[in-house]
Amino acid sequence: MDAHAEAHEHVLEIPYTVHPRPDTGLYNAKLGIWLFLASEVMLFGALFSSFILIRTAAPVWPRGWEFLNVPLATANTFILIASSVTVVLAWANLRLGNLKWGRIFIALTLVCALAFLVNKGFEYTHEFKEHRFPSTSNFLAIYFTMTGLHGLHVLGGVIVFSYLLLPGAKMWKTDRARYTNRIEVCGLYWHFVDLVWIFLFPSLYLM
Amino acid sequence: MREFLGQWMPPDYSAHGWQVDQIIYITHWLMFVLFAFWSLFFLYTLVRFRASRNPRASYHGMQSHWSTWGEAGVAVVEIVLLVGFSIPAWYRWSNIQKRKEANPFEVRVVAEQFAWNVHYPGPDGKFGRTLVNLVTSTNPLGLDMSDPAAKDDVAALNQLHLPVNREALIHVTSKDVIHSFKLPLMRVEQDAIPGADVPIHFTPIRTTNGERWEIACAQLCGLGHYRMRGQLFVDTQQDLEKWLASQPKVTQ
Amino acid sequence: MAQRKQLRVGNQWLYADDAERLLRDAIRIRDQEEQRHRIEGHVQPWWKRYVFSTDHKWIGLQYGFTALCFLLFGFCLMILMRLQLGWPGHAFSLMKILGENRAPGGVLLPEAYNQLGAMHGTIMVFLAIVPLAVGAFGNYVVPLQIGAPDMAFPKLNMISYWCYLPGGLVMLSSFALKDGTANSGWTSYAPLSVIATKGQTFWLFGMVLLITSSLLGSVNFIVTIIQLRAKGMTFMRLPFFVWAQLVTGFLLLLAFPPLEAAAVLQLMDRVAGTSFFLPSGLVISGQQLHNAGGGNPLLWQHLFWFLAHPEVYVLILPAMGIVAEVIANNTRKPLWGYRSMVGSVIFIGFMSFVVWAHHMFLTGMGTLISAFFQTTTMIISVPSVIILTALFISLYGASIRFTTPMLFALAFLPMFGIGGLTGLPLGLVTADLHLHDTYYVIGHFHYVVAPGTIFAMFAGIYYWFPKATGRKLNDFWGRVHFWGSFLCINGVFMPMFAQGLAGVSRRLYDGGIQYAHAKAIAEQTNPFMSISAIGLLVFQVPFIFNFFANVLAAMRGKKNVDDNPWQATTIEWAATTSPPLGHGNFAVLPVVHRGPYEYNCPECTTTDFVPQHAEIAAVPPPGGGMLPEAAVAQREM
Ligand code: HEA
Ligand code: HEA
Ligand code: CUA
Ligand SMILES: [Cu+2]
Repeated sequence: MDAHAEAHEHVLEIPYTVHPRPDTGLYNAKLGIWLFLASEVMLFGALFSSFILIRTAAPVWPRGWEFLNVPLATANTFILIASSVTVVLAWANLRLGNLKWGRIFIALTLVCALAFLVNKGFEYTHEFKEHRFPSTSNFLAIYFTMTGLHGLHVLGGVIVFSYLLLPGAKMWKTDRARYTNRIEVCGLYWHFVDLVWIFLFPSLYLM
Repeated sequence: MREFLGQWMPPDYSAHGWQVDQIIYITHWLMFVLFAFWSLFFLYTLVRFRASRNPRASYHGMQSHWSTWGEAGVAVVEIVLLVGFSIPAWYRWSNIQKRKEANPFEVRVVAEQFAWNVHYPGPDGKFGRTLVNLVTSTNPLGLDMSDPAAKDDVAALNQLHLPVNREALIHVTSKDVIHSFKLPLMRVEQDAIPGADVPIHFTPIRTTNGERWEIACAQLCGLGHYRMRGQLFVDTQQDLEKWLASQPKVTQ
Repeated sequence: MAQRKQLRVGNQWLYADDAERLLRDAIRIRDQEEQRHRIEGHVQPWWKRYVFSTDHKWIGLQYGFTALCFLLFGFCLMILMRLQLGWPGHAFSLMKILGENRAPGGVLLPEAYNQLGAMHGTIMVFLAIVPLAVGAFGNYVVPLQIGAPDMAFPKLNMISYWCYLPGGLVMLSSFALKDGTANSGWTSYAPLSVIATKGQTFWLFGMVLLITSSLLGSVNFIVTIIQLRAKGMTFMRLPFFVWAQLVTGFLLLLAFPPLEAAAVLQLMDRVAGTSFFLPSGLVISGQQLHNAGGGNPLLWQHLFWFLAHPEVYVLILPAMGIVAEVIANNTRKPLWGYRSMVGSVIFIGFMSFVVWAHHMFLTGMGTLISAFFQTTTMIISVPSVIILTALFISLYGASIRFTTPMLFALAFLPMFGIGGLTGLPLGLVTADLHLHDTYYVIGHFHYVVAPGTIFAMFAGIYYWFPKATGRKLNDFWGRVHFWGSFLCINGVFMPMFAQGLAGVSRRLYDGGIQYAHAKAIAEQTNPFMSISAIGLLVFQVPFIFNFFANVLAAMRGKKNVDDNPWQATTIEWAATTSPPLGHGNFAVLPVVHRGPYEYNCPECTTTDFVPQHAEIAAVPPPGGGMLPEAAVAQREM
């Protein structure tokens, strides 16, 4: 790369990474995450449609609550809802310039996410102990596939939040607004993960 | 168009096939008109408006809006094709409910890798029960001989015998993967889907007379897909009954 | 409690003391960076520049080169298939490269034919054309055409390339498996694919990576186009190509996830023993399959075609975009009916989500459902007719320059026309009853993708090659390439319609010579088609030569054209980085003053075109429409 082009790099930074573009009212990452979530809606939408198709065609369908651990899953539901609240609080604190509380709330979100995964792990090992595998029945196939995929989404959130909590937080010093935006964007993702669970929980455990 | 396309199309020996062919012909007329018109227009512009002949282009280009009418015309023709021809023809084709009343000749066709099993109900007109766990190489349909209806059933491999001028009602299904039951000379095709039993109906209007009429498999079903073929025989009702009677009964 | 003073900075409120600290931080960081730059110089390590580059131009080239290699590879697989189809059961020494277990003694085996078919379809669609049309042209051209410094998320862009390449390699690596690659067609219909050999698992893993890549890419494209348009670049001033890419982005974004879901479900069926796509009571080669059952094979088809129909428009829309650019440039007049073209392309985007089941007409659908999908299929053909009509009429009153890209773009029109028109009988279920899964279908879609999309890709390569390298491809060899390809490609695909009408099924190892109704036509036409296919391959040689000779010359810094060799109006030709690679596209971000195709406009006085960014229309800037800085830079070069 020649010096000439390099010199322009600073002048020609990508616009609207931090501040919204006036005519669209969005900054890039926010639009990006909305689009990404739209595609996620299609992903889980396809899975739910498959679920409905297979279930309506089935002559008998097991009742989830008869053998799944409903109390634990209920607890998990509240844990995820709580984490949705903490992530908003993290963002709100950063927005007010309060890094310390921002980080505390990010950490709390992380703790919730990990707790969720640990609980899910207990549930899985319990099913395996009882010899219930994805191949056992179509209900279990759907149960493991959908909760597994959802679990991967939670895991993704864990990785991103850990990054933002520790090494990523350096950005606070250099580009405070951008760091705050990142938390906002991840929060949107996190709400979506939460929402998916809120659909999964009743349709797998309660119906 | 009939002559032009007809030189490639196989002959049609079914009662409903002319409707299929007619829609193919009419659609190709539409396609031909569009193709010919735009080709002429295209060639004209290439010659008339080449840079050496027309060094300066016109900013506004074509001013009239006849093309809008042309597009509307295409849409109208498509609607006519759809509503006037294709949907009614398909309605007659896919409406199975009424067919039972017409005293059709019923057969089951069960596809497997890579053969067509044909299951005739026999004189009692009832198909015997079939069970998956009874399938063996000598009983490919898995006929349950404890079912009285199965006693007179006939199973044949890759041979489909149908009576002429009588409606055939065929239940198409599969034991393993998806195949597609295709009778080009009958203008008939239906995917054979495991777990589904789809009835189709048609009426052959000519006897085979020693020609080879194919049952093709039109859906990729594995390495033997290309050689998964059966033969269709259309006989008179008497010949058919004679043939059925001569067939060995399924035993276990 | 003491009041803290607040200030508004940018769009948000900050405490004054915070703001002050921020400012101090910013100054300190800037000083540090300047210090570092002075010490380290400006050079990035080579792997950052060339392997994990985040520059959209370089990523575009990476995509382009990789996709062309896959295209050639997919074509070579097809040559092997065509050898078998033309002369079934013959031994060819060339075939021996497939190894003894696929082609013993040079005779291709049926299972190997199926592997080649599945891989040809998959490679062409997912590894060649989409990455070329979207990854390469989209990446290279879109930011330049909208006057953006780069894509909105450069790192994501890099990651999306690095999901694409491994995805492709995973898929290809299955050639090394003992049982070979996936062999259930590019459609991978269950249950066949569920019981298929291990190659199918590789196929599924590859697809998951490719889907990830295109998801990241599509988010990036949409955000870039919506957010990074230069000042004055309103939506109605976007070049048609950008519109096509925007709609394509939405198709990729929303259509791919269901396939991802389907791939996950099929992986579960194959690896974890579930039965999403397996009904109860399957008997595979005489053996009862012991699985839970209760699944639905048609579910796979619905999920697959829900993607794959929009996918075919992903194959065609960027191609239409390129053709529109080249035609506007070489007719020296604006596109006729730009607005209705934009409307049509958006409408196609919407409609393409509700036609998928026209691939499933013969699965035993009810009357009502088939009526619905026939109707939507007919409706979606209308916007295509409008776009093609607009392109044809754009030729009226033109001053046509028959440059090499223009030849390919012109040939696109009737070729896509044939392909599109033959889609009509397929869309009418009653006609599809005879034509489904015959070579008529193969002919239909190859006319749209091969002499259609591939020709448009060639048009794009010849057209933007000077942009990327500063050199024009040789015109004579370009013409040889064009005419040879044009004749041969019609020789391959035209007879397919006759075969299809005769009822010859597709995916037949021997081309149908066993069937009584197919034997005659198959024996008459197949050798000719295969020879044409070989001819087609031969006529790519001049292109490959032409391409590499000029790339090498460009790498040695030899240029033979200026910055705007086609006298084009769109602003990619105003970028000052032509051709050096590096971040930042424009010395000064351009400001757009008019529509994309102001050729021979009333404003044009000294030349026959006014670039979108030119300020004073009457006197075009020196250097054929470049910014003043660019012109200076050019003179110094
Ligand atoms: C780029 C890809 C592409 C495009 C654009 C299209 C466009 C269309 N396709 Fe095609 N199609 C495929 C790729 C494509 N298709 C593929 C890959 C398959 C097979 C998949 C498989 O099974 O493996 C397929 C299969 C397929 C089927 C299923 C067939 C079967 O399996 O039985 C159907 C049925 O409705 C169909 C219909 C249509 C229609 C109505 C259009 C319409 O959108 C077309 C509209 C266009 C026009 C109407 C042309 C207008 C032109 C003019 C007015 C000018 C004419 C002028 C001259 C010729 C000079 N297509
Ligand atoms: C985008 C999609 C695409 C493209 C472009 C092509 C291109 C071609 N296809 Fe194919 N094809 C499919 C998608 C495609 N195909 C699909 C989906 C199927 C169905 C598979 C299935 O049944 O599951 C199929 C099936 C199929 C069959 C039917 C097989 C069967 O049913 O048994 C045939 C038969 O002839 C065929 C032939 C060809 C030929 C001759 C080309 C030629 O047009 C190829 C032309 C190629 C070039 C001209 C390449 C030029 C490349 C270069 C010049 C590279 C330069 C490189 C550098 C500079 C680095 N294809
Ligand atoms: Cu059975 Cu193809
Ligand atoms: Cu389609």
